[in-house]
Amino acid sequence: MAMSSMLRSELILGIESSCDDTAAAVVEAGRRVRSSVVASQEDIHALFGGVVPEVASRKHVEVITRVVQEALDRANCTWRDLGGIAVTNGPGLIGSLLVGVSAAKAYHVATGLPLVGVNHIAAHLMSNFCDLPEQEGAPEDFPAVCLVASGGHSDLCLLTDFGQYEVIGMTRDDAAGEALDKAARLLGLGYPGGPALEKAAREGHDRFSLPRPALGDSYDFSFSGLKTALVRLIEELRGESPAGAVLPVADLAHSFQQAVVDTLVRNTMRAAEAYGARQVLLAGGVAANSVLRAELSAAGKRLGLPVRYPPLRLCTDNAAMVAAAGYHRLSGGQNDNTGLDVFSALDH
Amino acid sequence: MTLTIETRSPEATRAIARHLAQVLRPGDVLALTGALGAGKTCFVQGLAEGLGVTGRVASPTFILMRAHRGPLPLYHADAYRLESGTDLLDIGLEEWLATGVVALEWADLAPEVLPRDHLALRIEVNGEGRQLHFSGHGPRSRTLVEHLRACAS
Repeated sequence: MAMSSMLRSELILGIESSCDDTAAAVVEAGRRVRSSVVASQEDIHALFGGVVPEVASRKHVEVITRVVQEALDRANCTWRDLGGIAVTNGPGLIGSLLVGVSAAKAYHVATGLPLVGVNHIAAHLMSNFCDLPEQEGAPEDFPAVCLVASGGHSDLCLLTDFGQYEVIGMTRDDAAGEALDKAARLLGLGYPGGPALEKAAREGHDRFSLPRPALGDSYDFSFSGLKTALVRLIEELRGESPAGAVLPVADLAHSFQQAVVDTLVRNTMRAAEAYGARQVLLAGGVAANSVLRAELSAAGKRLGLPVRYPPLRLCTDNAAMVAAAGYHRLSGGQNDNTGLDVFSALDH
Repeated sequence: MTLTIETRSPEATRAIARHLAQVLRPGDVLALTGALGAGKTCFVQGLAEGLGVTGRVASPTFILMRAHRGPLPLYHADAYRLESGTDLLDIGLEEWLATGVVALEWADLAPEVLPRDHLALRIEVNGEGRQLHFSGHGPRSRTLVEHLRACAS
């Protein structure tokens, strides 16, 4: 565990507003989650009279101070108990990021607490090391390979220590979660598409052969061709059958999901072997997919590698992961000030 | 003013986009429409190559907008997931227009925020190939269509 003598307390407040959701959390020593509040959560949503921050940054403005106060209250602490403030400063939407970063700067000035900016992807990685009452975090075994898969990201990361990572693979077109969501839409399933597709797939079989694109020696992903293949397959099936015939939705959903999962598992395990990983970690909204969890675990077992994933509520965007990542930066002596800037995208 | 160009591969589609990139300037808007998998992101990849901007072009559906720095910045946005096109104003559309080129996927879902002068591109799937239907709305976009016509012939 990193040295923490520089911090007056190991309790860090995390703030996250990089895209749709506004979130705040208090985490102790980068591990123990004392509170984690996300504005779109049902119980929180009701508290705020139905204001759900979606894409509009002004909605983040409306809820951020209340979300932060709620996180402190639920952690049973005040500003005086904290040791620092961590905030996501990219990548994400500039307008949305600015709301969280401006709030964090204001708290930093008002309280004198140290401030640190955190990368959203680095934060997702840390969700694996967070302890919740229902589940203990991953052990500190490095190097680890972590797949961050969500609607916006499909990144394979190599972690060599807390806060030390490099992106070794990423998507060249669509992210995994986006592919699943768009397939659900093509098949007329509901929103959010990922869970709807998973549910439909349970009733189906891997009957259709869909591509599992491999990009040479690279650990990159590409899901665009798979999506196009599904579009064609649906057109063919519609062309073959008499007008009004129903599509074999469950089988299509199953085959598509299987192709996505196979691709994710294959690249992740290839990277884990090549880099001598001691564990494989999963993060991001797609980590909620039970087929991905099961198949990655099975592949890990074959290689004698532990596969771990965070509890569901830490898979999607949250601020506990931001507080955890911020703790390691702050205790490593890294600090930002009111000059902290936001950034939209990683330049790879 | 309209123009249809047929391409036979993703690379050919990107080549058309690279030609278009040569004459773009700040405030130009490309409004892309077409079914899932038609190749909207593919076209924007060519645009990015032609503009010489940084970063890898990937679908912005979930993150809504991805900015690419360069001599002329490219703002790659997506209305697929928006409830209303006006959400684009909340996340900075006017600032993007002031400084760079905006390529908006699923533009048909956000007609209310498109500037009157914009270049529309509807991509139609034709087996392995694609039909790129350009239409210039306004004087500036019509000159862009003319440029493409000269390149295509």
